[in-house]
Amino acid sequence: MFSVMPDQAVSLRGLRKSFGSVDAVAGVDLDIADGEFFAMLGPSGSGKTTVLRMIAGFESPTAGTVELGGRDVTRLAPFERDVNTVFQDYALFPHMSVLENVEYGLRVKKVARAARRERALEALASVRLEGFGQRRPAQLSGGQRQRVALARALVNRPRVLLLDEPLGALDLKLREEMQVELKAIQREVGITFLFVTHDQEEALTMSDRVAVFNQGRIEQVGTPAEIYERPATAFVAGFVGTSNLISGEAARAVLGKEGTFSVRPEKLRLVVGDGATAGPEEHSAAGTVSEVVYAGPATRFVVELDAGGRLIALQQNLQVSSMDVTGLRGSRVLLVWHRQHEFAIADAPLPEPARS
Amino acid sequence: MSGSLRRRAAAFLHRHARVRLSLLLSAPLAWLGLAYLGALAALFVTAFWSTDTFTGDLVKTFTLANFQDLATGEVYRTIALRSLGVAVAVTLIDLVIAFPMAFAMAKLASPRAQRWLVILVLTPLWASYLVKAYAWRVMLSSDGVLGWGYGLTATILTLSYLWLPYMILPIYAGLERLPNSLLDAAGDLGARGWRTFRTVVWPLSFPAVVAGSIFTFSLSLGDYIAVKIVGGKSQLIGNVVYDNIGAANNLPFAAAVATVPVVIMLVYLAAVRRTGALENL
Repeated sequence: MFSVMPDQAVSLRGLRKSFGSVDAVAGVDLDIADGEFFAMLGPSGSGKTTVLRMIAGFESPTAGTVELGGRDVTRLAPFERDVNTVFQDYALFPHMSVLENVEYGLRVKKVARAARRERALEALASVRLEGFGQRRPAQLSGGQRQRVALARALVNRPRVLLLDEPLGALDLKLREEMQVELKAIQREVGITFLFVTHDQEEALTMSDRVAVFNQGRIEQVGTPAEIYERPATAFVAGFVGTSNLISGEAARAVLGKEGTFSVRPEKLRLVVGDGATAGPEEHSAAGTVSEVVYAGPATRFVVELDAGGRLIALQQNLQVSSMDVTGLRGSRVLLVWHRQHEFAIADAPLPEPARS
Repeated sequence: MSGSLRRRAAAFLHRHARVRLSLLLSAPLAWLGLAYLGALAALFVTAFWSTDTFTGDLVKTFTLANFQDLATGEVYRTIALRSLGVAVAVTLIDLVIAFPMAFAMAKLASPRAQRWLVILVLTPLWASYLVKAYAWRVMLSSDGVLGWGYGLTATILTLSYLWLPYMILPIYAGLERLPNSLLDAAGDLGARGWRTFRTVVWPLSFPAVVAGSIFTFSLSLGDYIAVKIVGGKSQLIGNVVYDNIGAANNLPFAAAVATVPVVIMLVYLAAVRRTGALENL
């Protein structure tokens, strides 16, 4: 028998962390394969950052184990672990030049001067910061500091790179640029990237797999498509995208089924007027448009269903202008969707899952 | 009527920021100008006068005699150097004790413990200077708890105790401002405790250390009471000043001696200005 299991870069088993009587992390099991771009997604206070800090070694777990590349590192100090971190505030040393910052880890490891210089310059080049070596961190923009932090971590060629809300402090345009760039850098260096974010879009666009955290636990692990198209719980459905739940009386009336179901807003087709009917493989629900939100490329319609509850439908503005769509407020409409786009939600919807 | 006047005055002040600022600052500036700089100027001028040796009256004519005596007198040079040595020793001792204490307060203690530690550090400042100095006299006396006797060492010990809070608090404030993530980052990049201290904590808290040293250094340089109480026969600059005002009744010479620590402090401040310490006071 051959072992065909790929190497695990990170393995967490029964990981817990309590601060006083509060369980910040309440039992987490997770395997991250070598070379994966993995996101830990959740609202603030969901425990994702604490898990990251336990992997880095800044916090020691109350219970459970952390393995890196098959080696138990639970009791090891940060400087004994083969991981490097990109901090949320970048944590660049302000009294050192950019080059000295990037060289720091190599200097600690006693890499010879020439080799050290060469690798640091190489790392700076890989994040497109050639010629910035002599500057001080204070002389750089937010995006440039972010890339220095990345170079400072990557130059050590760690087994796993940990990123704590790496793009959180950047403005929208720069964030979108860096999303693409991080992904490209990860493909280039082939190092496992494990990053923490509260931004669902960031998690979906950048990662190979996502773990959704809520109240110290993982609600679901899967590819972005699985997480988005087939959320396992009401929390995941609500946190990753708009949840659009159909439950109770409405579920019986519209779907003829018991339970809680969800359809993503962009999967709904909005037909104006009472005359329309659904196709054979489709479900439909009649209602009244209560709110119209024009958002440039698309418009969001809030529809109060006759059967109870409300759904949000996202329609692309292919032909219409804002004048046309806002006029639809108060209109009678029919929402139509394909049956394969509705999915059952495991548990009852939580009232307000996000807590900070 | 008076209501509308008040409103108009308020509106006027709102529009004229300079008037508002000068009104706020007039009292403190007057105090600074008259009481503080005035006294310093008077001291400086007095240093160039002399006393009539016969009557003891002030002779208000310009002379450099006081400074000549100061420069040529072997004993004064010894005392000045001794005072400088005491100030340096007190500063170093306080630094060695204060840094770990401040670090523990800023980086290791829980927020609750932190508050208590700050109070504990401040408590001695609320007690009288004399009581504390005599407490050390009692401890150091040959039949006291320590029984080490009096002298220069006793003076250094006592002064180190007296000025310790002035070293702890600026360093504590400096370390508080040092982001924890920088310490995490150093560890993350492989640095153990000592290297993290040497390459990150110390360089970044150095301005705060210098700020603390300005306090301990200047307070030690000007002190004459502690050395009277526990110093035995040792003399410091402060004693020379005191004796010339009192027993010798030579105010001009006392003023000239008093400029010595002022000059030393000015040189020290000029030297540390570049470290950014003055922004940490």
